[in-house]
Amino acid sequence: MRGIDKSFAAVRANRGVDLAVARGHVHGLIGENGAGKSTLMSILYGFYTADAGDIRIDGAPVRIADSRDAIRHGIEMVHQHFMLVETMSVLENVVLGAEGGALLARHLPAARATLRQLAADYGLEVDPDAIVGDLAVGAQQRVEIVKALYRGADILILDEPTGVLTPQEAADLFRVLAALRAQGKTIIIVTHKLREIMAITDRVSVMRAGQMVGHRVTAQTSAEELGEMMIGRRLAARLDKAPTALGAVALAVAGVSLHDGFGVPRLKQVSFDLHAGEIVGIAGVAGNGQSELLEALSGMRAFDSGRITLPNGAIVGPGDPADAAARRAAGLAHVPEDRLRTGLLAGFAARESAILGYHEDAAYGRAGLLDWRRIERHTAALMTRYEVRPLLPKLRSALFSGGNAQKLILAREMERDPAVLLVGQPTRGVDIGGIDFIHRRLLALRDRGAAILLVSVELEEILRLADRILVMFDGAIVGALRPDEADERRLGMLMAGAA
Amino acid sequence: MSGGAAPLPWWIDYALLPLANLALALLVAGLLVLATGQSPLTAVAAMAQGAFGSGEAVGYTLYYATDMIFAGLAVAVAFHGGLFNIGVEGQAYISGLGVALVCLYLDALPVWLVAPLAVAAAALFGAGWAAVPAWLQARRGSHIVITTIMFNFIAYALMEWLIVNVLIKRGQMAPETRGFNGGGLLPGLDRFLPLAPTPLNPAFAVALACLLLVWLLIWHTRWGYALRVVGASPRAAVYAGIRPARLVIQAMLLSGALGGGIAFNEVMGAQHKLLIGFTGGYGFTGIAVALMGRNHPFGVLLAAVLFGALYQGGAELAFDMPSMSSDLVVAVQGLVILFTGGLGLMLRPAFVRAFGRS
Repeated sequence: MRGIDKSFAAVRANRGVDLAVARGHVHGLIGENGAGKSTLMSILYGFYTADAGDIRIDGAPVRIADSRDAIRHGIEMVHQHFMLVETMSVLENVVLGAEGGALLARHLPAARATLRQLAADYGLEVDPDAIVGDLAVGAQQRVEIVKALYRGADILILDEPTGVLTPQEAADLFRVLAALRAQGKTIIIVTHKLREIMAITDRVSVMRAGQMVGHRVTAQTSAEELGEMMIGRRLAARLDKAPTALGAVALAVAGVSLHDGFGVPRLKQVSFDLHAGEIVGIAGVAGNGQSELLEALSGMRAFDSGRITLPNGAIVGPGDPADAAARRAAGLAHVPEDRLRTGLLAGFAARESAILGYHEDAAYGRAGLLDWRRIERHTAALMTRYEVRPLLPKLRSALFSGGNAQKLILAREMERDPAVLLVGQPTRGVDIGGIDFIHRRLLALRDRGAAILLVSVELEEILRLADRILVMFDGAIVGALRPDEADERRLGMLMAGAA
Repeated sequence: MSGGAAPLPWWIDYALLPLANLALALLVAGLLVLATGQSPLTAVAAMAQGAFGSGEAVGYTLYYATDMIFAGLAVAVAFHGGLFNIGVEGQAYISGLGVALVCLYLDALPVWLVAPLAVAAAALFGAGWAAVPAWLQARRGSHIVITTIMFNFIAYALMEWLIVNVLIKRGQMAPETRGFNGGGLLPGLDRFLPLAPTPLNPAFAVALACLLLVWLLIWHTRWGYALRVVGASPRAAVYAGIRPARLVIQAMLLSGALGGGIAFNEVMGAQHKLLIGFTGGYGFTGIAVALMGRNHPFGVLLAAVLFGALYQGGAELAFDMPSMSSDLVVAVQGLVILFTGGLGLMLRPAFVRAFGRS
């Protein structure tokens, strides 16, 4: 790819970007959110057409107008969110879009044989008759890769491939990628995780603000150098974490269980105490009850049994209705996992999102009225203190980048000095500079004596911040460890339910 | 980054875009008129003349616009809570019962006392008729679109039975109540202002007041904020400690009450008696008014005047050009609804390309 330009209205997402990927290499593409890597890959895969520049494969210029063209040239993409039909079998998913004729039954045996061959060649073992929805996430991702290879992929683009995987599953993925490389396939990995880049790539290209910053041979660079190229300033060294001054129990959770609407148990006898001045990290692969735990604690959802003792001494039991307003009044604040539909409102102005959950606060207007000028001043102050860019309280919430939207939510929830802060995935989709900022603010809140429950699928984040780690698997807490005794291997075993 | 949701200056979204849609609708309508062998220009001129050409024309246009404002506001308020109230027609119809009962039984009182009572009765009856679908939606999850449509039919049947069998003036064939007397007669605005005599009456002022109040309520109160949160994302509402069920019921009650304004305008202000089918489909047109007005009171006002003009101008058109069938007039109105309501965002991507943020 040479001299790629792409603008969206006034935003220049790619500016004269060059990217050369050698055949048979694993090539990493890193950059902060909004650096332009997704745009670049979307151009390669035919989602967008470039305003300028050209694409060559094996030296020959090609025109890629849509993803059909891309597939014809052997380019395949494995998306972060899998494009699979969950109710169909693996085999049916693999042949989807490449059925080879109207009579499926005639082609399925051949497809089955091809699948067996692929499994043998690349160590990609999948049961062709399993229903995709029943498979673990890592296995679903393998199905995506098999599907790409079945359609004759030579160049495979993987978008944030380990985002939803356990450490073991990630290790399996890396083995598969190594096998693919050995067979001469070309792989491009788009990620923001430096550790992965260092572990599996041959070469790496770094993007920043729509431009290519540089290319490196992975063996001749370091995570520090790449991180510096990425954010354009030196990464702060490890966080200086003051020792905990453990206070009284701020939130006591005793034997909380709940079922979802289909009667499936989602939380099983969850018990723990959260003390003032500590950060407790809940580790686990997404979907093992963390979301339900946050919802039950924050008053978004009622539960079936057990009880929760709030910071003000009030006790919530199974008969009580979900009431998030009462939890806030009791000193609980909540940064939810889902940013754009729960934490703020995509279509609302920033100043409207900035009072979500606190719109009854007397400070925001007399009686039943809302004083928008006062709220706007308040919002501007929040945005200044939490470095939310652009500093426009009237801008629609959806137009802020992930990191800035998250900082706005954190500002809203943290500025009241809550006794307990519940945080879900605080840095998902946030760039490195933003992650650092958010981590420091969370630690500062802890040092001021708040109790923080941190739910994250990013192990690094939990290891970095937590004073205690609880591991959740299948709705239950299956392990408790201190960060210094928690290596990624042990955590991974617990998270996969294998310990 | 697609064209659909990209931001545009407000004057494009709320003024230029609706006007462009209207122009497109009139263009297609013109072709339709041309196809029947008539001159589109003559037709447009006749319509404009009929809607705005004289004091009398303007009076009638605004009288129809009054119904449209109430209907549009009723739909818009519910819509801010994520509810599609198709039942404004039925709610307004039942409100007519409330207005008629007040006027029939209390018309010995002075009109300045009867009128507020009639407004209150209209609001109460309209809200009451909306209450059952609202409760079913909030507590049982029955879809509001289905239940309000069904309640329209129940309202038709109930009102017909009541008018034909109970409220009818004895000894007459026409299915209507007796005419109201004295205090039950809302004087026309021409009694207070130097206007041509038309059915335009103080209900128009009530409608304008409702526009202002709804604007304040939706954008400047805590309740309106909570309602918009529920409409935008019920999950965010639960997160914020707002109870969606309670707001759904309250918003539907308010919506039904606003729809009752149609009954006040028609029954007490214009007809001076209760007759079958007095709502004339305004409740349904309100959906188009709200859509075209982007659920904003100011937009609703503009759209209401437009639809009022279409009704009045269309009636004059059928009168002036007898060779144009009244069906054609209805078709023209339908085209305007289609282009401004249903296809309201069709041109938006083009505007985004032309005016995209810089």
